[in-house]
Amino acid sequence: MTLELNAVTKKFGSFTAVDHLTLEIPESQIFGFLGANGAGKTTTFRMILGLLEQTYGTIKWNGDSIGYNKSHLIGYLPEERGLYPKQKVDEQLVYLGRLRGMEKSDAIKQLDYWLNRFNVPEYKGKKVEELSKGNQQKIQFISAVIHNPKLLILDEPFSGLDPVNVEMLKKAVVDLKEQGTSIVFSSHRMEHVEELCEHLCIMHHGTPVVHGGLRQIKRDFGKKNVIVRADFDVSFIKDIPGVVRYRQVPEGCEVQIESEEISQKILSELQGKGFVRTFDLEEPSLNDIFIEKVGASYE
Amino acid sequence: MSKFWTILRHTYLSHLKSKSFIIMTIATLVIIIGLTNFQNIVDLFSGDDEDSTSQIAVIDETDQLYTALEQNIGAVNEEVELTQYDGTEEEAKNAVKDGEFQAFVHLVLDDQNLPAATYYAMNASESSTVNQIQQSLSQLKTGMVTQQAGIDVETVEQMLAPVEIEKVALAEESKTEEELNQARGLVYFMIFLIYFAVLVYGNMIASEVAVEKSSRVMEILVSSVSPITHMFAKIIGIALLGLTQFGLIIIVGYTSLKMNQNELVGGMFEYLGLGDIPISTIAYALLFFILGYLLYAMLAAMLGSLVSRTEEVNQIVTPMMLLVIAAFMIAMYGLNDPTASFVTITSYIPFFTPIIMFVRVGMLDVPIWEIALSIGILLVTIFIFAKIAAKVFKGGVLMYGPSSSLKDIKRAIQLTKKD
Repeated sequence: MTLELNAVTKKFGSFTAVDHLTLEIPESQIFGFLGANGAGKTTTFRMILGLLEQTYGTIKWNGDSIGYNKSHLIGYLPEERGLYPKQKVDEQLVYLGRLRGMEKSDAIKQLDYWLNRFNVPEYKGKKVEELSKGNQQKIQFISAVIHNPKLLILDEPFSGLDPVNVEMLKKAVVDLKEQGTSIVFSSHRMEHVEELCEHLCIMHHGTPVVHGGLRQIKRDFGKKNVIVRADFDVSFIKDIPGVVRYRQVPEGCEVQIESEEISQKILSELQGKGFVRTFDLEEPSLNDIFIEKVGASYE
Repeated sequence: MSKFWTILRHTYLSHLKSKSFIIMTIATLVIIIGLTNFQNIVDLFSGDDEDSTSQIAVIDETDQLYTALEQNIGAVNEEVELTQYDGTEEEAKNAVKDGEFQAFVHLVLDDQNLPAATYYAMNASESSTVNQIQQSLSQLKTGMVTQQAGIDVETVEQMLAPVEIEKVALAEESKTEEELNQARGLVYFMIFLIYFAVLVYGNMIASEVAVEKSSRVMEILVSSVSPITHMFAKIIGIALLGLTQFGLIIIVGYTSLKMNQNELVGGMFEYLGLGDIPISTIAYALLFFILGYLLYAMLAAMLGSLVSRTEEVNQIVTPMMLLVIAAFMIAMYGLNDPTASFVTITSYIPFFTPIIMFVRVGMLDVPIWEIALSIGILLVTIFIFAKIAAKVFKGGVLMYGPSSSLKDIKRAIQLTKKD
């Protein structure tokens, strides 16, 4: 069950929210879909779900267009969380499950499974507004996966969760992937994306600026990071040609270099100046790539 | 289709179980039971209130009026009790001051040998008793005068009887005065029902949609079910809720009426024309009720989908409420003057048709083609609005922003377009 987007474009009047987006997400893959706020992520998700109609292009899933007749195969966790605040957890999850085409008994069974898995079986009969924000998040996650979807769209699934719960949900996402679900995953936390996604795409003003496998993207990026910790002043490094960015940290610096070779130049410059505690050549982080491609001032 | 039923059931049950609905229904039922038992309640309080009988002392210096007066008063009002007083005038006045009597009446014959009286009471403002005494004395006086003049009683009765006027309407579409009066009560009742239903349930739908939108659960809902299915399931779910509520009210009201029918015969019961309702009026009431509800419910769902926060619901539904109130006002006017051209014209305007055409149908013999035309226009409007509302709803539920005004309708429709 492969999801294919072909030259998908969405215009709102004269404003182009998504411009010629072409993607392919195969079965059993977590696809990272990144971009700054307003880059067109939510619009893309809404088009995939059929809530908005694309201006041009096609969206196919397994060769078919996506309509409400497939909603039982699709799970969606919107960025803006929402559940009925006054209703009990079991009531509304069974309701939402039934709207995804589940039988009532089946929905109850799945609900119990997930509540136990997330260590919160005691919330079953509670009203959503009585739960903490993090726990509401878990319930929301269950609402997206209760019907065991084949295509799952997760918009910022881990925001507002403590590290323990993030791990718990990550594990659940990976398990779903291994069961064959195609997952589209959006996050502002690059370390989560690096950990979960082998393929990704970075959107900027509606256009994909980076697209491909994570390793390939890093290799293509070219630039690398050098980390230096030393007992003496290393600020002279920023004047070495090929050093793109220089950041002073206590006991040293972190710099970005144009290519691997520059690291050797830095190393030779450091020699004889004093005691070097650390000299490390690193792959660029996704964070670096994101900032470079989408523009500075973004965190 | 099964999702339609799931939403319908969920909407219906979650409201049925909600505290506000239960409280509102029970409160209405209590009021209905109270109204239908009004007479019993009044009797309950006045039953042991013996003091309400007015004790009145009478000194009759004519020696011929007292017996006739007492008979006369006794026949009209049981709550006035006359007592012949043996003492002097002064003693009688003191008795009133002591509270032994409510009042004291001094009967005399004037210079023409006709009755005259003086009425003494602690305060002279209490007039109903005085009026009764005056009336009784006047009757006695008439009798005395005619007797003195030698005219027999029958002649007097003929002289005093009112002239009978029979009203006959010549226009074909008018109903007889009697029919009209009867219809007025029923139509009035039905207008109220339609008016309140639209007001209460329209608001309910709008806030329901706004709650789902503001709590952001809407995005999950519309990704599972098409917004159109969602909207109509919601509208029908609330309609069933309304029918349940009205059903309860009618059953309880009817049972309670039946139990108290004896007290109510001739009273409000007949005034409302509930004794003898033409089947066609009921059928029209039901038809206009359903059509009116549909139109306004779609309008409400559409408006509700435009706001981002529940606090803004009242603001955005105001124009709709004004429409209903305007229809209600015109209908009230139409009850008194159903043939006014103003009423005729407005009965074809779809937003007014359900209420105003019903007034005309209930009060007049409206030609069938006129009714068909107005229903036709209404149906077409409902159809067009279903399309527009579905579109606005589809776009509106995805739209969040600070301002909520009717301009957003355009934005919402834009959102559902391809570009």
